Amino acid sequence: MARIGDIWVYLATSPLVWLAMTLAVYLAGQWLFQRSGGRAVFNPVALAITLLVLLLLLTGTPYTTYFSGAQFIHFLLGPATVALAIPLYLHWERVRRLFLPILAGLLAGSLTAMLSAMGVAWLLGGSPPTLLSLAPKSVTTPVAMGIAEKIGGLPSLTAVLVIVTGVIGAVAGPALLNGLRIRDDAIKGFAIGVAAHGIGTARAFQISGLAGAFAGLAIGLNALLTALLAPLIVRWLHLTP
Amino acid sequence: MIGALTILLVFQLLGEVIVRWSGAPAPGPVVGMVLLFLLLQGRKTLPDSLRATAETLLSHLSLLFVPAGVGIMQYGALLSREWLAVVVALVLSTLITLAVTALVMKAVLRRPPGVRQDG
Repeated sequence: MARIGDIWVYLATSPLVWLAMTLAVYLAGQWLFQRSGGRAVFNPVALAITLLVLLLLLTGTPYTTYFSGAQFIHFLLGPATVALAIPLYLHWERVRRLFLPILAGLLAGSLTAMLSAMGVAWLLGGSPPTLLSLAPKSVTTPVAMGIAEKIGGLPSLTAVLVIVTGVIGAVAGPALLNGLRIRDDAIKGFAIGVAAHGIGTARAFQISGLAGAFAGLAIGLNALLTALLAPLIVRWLHLTP
Repeated sequence: MIGALTILLVFQLLGEVIVRWSGAPAPGPVVGMVLLFLLLQGRKTLPDSLRATAETLLSHLSLLFVPAGVGIMQYGALLSREWLAVVVALVLSTLITLAVTALVMKAVLRRPPGVRQDG
């Protein structure tokens, strides 16, 4: 019979362990979230990431080994982005009628996201690579990484900042918007999508299908606009390294 | 289910090819989303299987961010130096962005173009 150490040596190099772990830990996070009565602080993504980082540190597993398994989940971000066409199609009538508010909200939100993140970090002494990695933080992961690379940030740091942003938006978004007396689910969803991309969108779908559709629309539009604006803003601020 | 997944992957592929070919700054999956949307608009029908698969995928959207998020463990050194700037920037910026987007939309919605205020 093989010793447990030998089994671990085999498993540690196969993608199976960390793929299974990612799913199991995410389900555990969801269970906790539901058990807490849907309290926003128990965000399933934040819980899953925290648990996985602890597990990796305890077992001394490098991130690259983890990612060789978890990449199969990461890959689904692409088809999931394409799938946003479906809620958009289902709610198109509403989108068409709100064309002007959407355009205005998108432009204001996209600029605010980039400038406020870079501005606050700059005031608090953030280094140039950090500022550049922060610029696309409200855009969905794969796109944000591409933008970071283009403007001279650190793509893998950007991925992390994007996800923390998403968790903050998902946790605080609905309460903040209620506090601002935003009653329209379309506006709620769109604002959450602009500020907090896919993780916010997952939360917006819990508000309603309409909010989710508008959040999904916002992900796509903000990805396009930020990809266009970020290089211009960086040049304008003379941040290019 | 497999048919629906194939549709999604083929449209992502089309999007990536168009982006590489044209050098557009847009991301491939977003172009794929626009193309699929245009097809649905043109045909005015949505197959049930595509709808079901898309809804399943989107209802677990947050799972898909976990692998990239775990990458935070690589930035222990940088974050221990700059954690305050990063955390404050992310929290403030996200809240401000939410508020600005929603309030601008609400303001524009209240004043549709061509309708004069106060009659």
